[in-house]
Amino acid sequence: MEYIIIIISAIFVNNIVLSQFLGICPFLGVSGKFSTAVGMSGAVIFVMTLATIVTWMIQQYILIPFEIEYMRTIFFILIIASLVQIVELVLKKVSPSLYQALGIFLPLITTNCAILGVAILVVQKDYDLLESIVFAISNAAGFSLALIIFSGLREHLDLVNVPKGMKGVPIALIVAGILSLAFMGFIGMV
Amino acid sequence: MNQWNNFSKGFFRENAVFVLLLGLCPTLAVTTSAINGLGMGLATTFVLVMSNMIVSLAKGSIPAKVRIPSFIVIIATFVTIVDLVMAAYVQDLHKQLGLFIPLIVVNCLVLGRAEAFASKNSFLSSLIDGLGMGLGFAMALTILGGVREILGSGKIFNISISYFPEGIDGMLVFVLPPGAFIALGFLIAILNRILKKTT
Repeated sequence: MEYIIIIISAIFVNNIVLSQFLGICPFLGVSGKFSTAVGMSGAVIFVMTLATIVTWMIQQYILIPFEIEYMRTIFFILIIASLVQIVELVLKKVSPSLYQALGIFLPLITTNCAILGVAILVVQKDYDLLESIVFAISNAAGFSLALIIFSGLREHLDLVNVPKGMKGVPIALIVAGILSLAFMGFIGMV
Repeated sequence: MNQWNNFSKGFFRENAVFVLLLGLCPTLAVTTSAINGLGMGLATTFVLVMSNMIVSLAKGSIPAKVRIPSFIVIIATFVTIVDLVMAAYVQDLHKQLGLFIPLIVVNCLVLGRAEAFASKNSFLSSLIDGLGMGLGFAMALTILGGVREILGSGKIFNISISYFPEGIDGMLVFVLPPGAFIALGFLIAILNRILKKTT
């Protein structure tokens, strides 16, 4: 039951993009086309889960025993950056087809604040390992859901006649606002 | 004159939020009021100025291949300093900004300036560039926070300027997450219009 609450709350109620504002850069940056949005979503699900597991272990077995919790930001960001590099190398070797699909999105992920954000949120919420994994996967799913819906909307926006000054990013932001308003309807589900 | 240009470009011509669209996560998340926006903007300015200074001093001794991780460590150090100082002296603001203080480290604006400007320019130019970009970012956050606060709760810097008819407290949606997207969208559209960047 606990896990179901974590899943529903992360995907719908506290959607990571539309209500927590994490990962706005890729949300606006790669949502132009449906296919790139799907690729980015895959990469985020993969890296976010992996990064959360590793940072959770670092927090439990290094930062807390040595009482250096104030080093958390430096530790986490370095680990995420190197993890992304390693994932890129391993994927290239092990599964070239997957690398082909996710490759170009991997370097972008280091500066995706959703990854670091979820790693820190897990620590703040004091989750155990299994809860952390569930939390990371469902947040990544929430990110994918928002990104894929939004990319579908933006493909239609290109064809719409909007006022000159509104073209491009401004209208995209307003549409994102309306999408966020729609997601607010889920409040009260949990 | 050149340095003045260097300083002033961060406010309008190359404003981080309105023109370059960098650092949008904190921009949207913390601007529920003008004071929060200002606090976040100043915290980012400090990190930006310090990291620009250190990066420009160290540019000769960092090998090109490991420059990005090195920049990240430099930035993360100052973010940790800001985090600890704010937790000690401005607890309320620190609680309000919460997660977004450690997340300054992944603000593309800070890393972007280190990579694009400070690693190529002199100490003084980097300092001025950091100050200009940072204060421009703070200005954008304060404006967005102010707009949302006025529309959402009829206050500015927590001072009531009640212009709503009796019985109405404000348009709550502007304090909630959707309002952030909508307000920023309109602000960028208005600025596009003023700066005649539209084609």
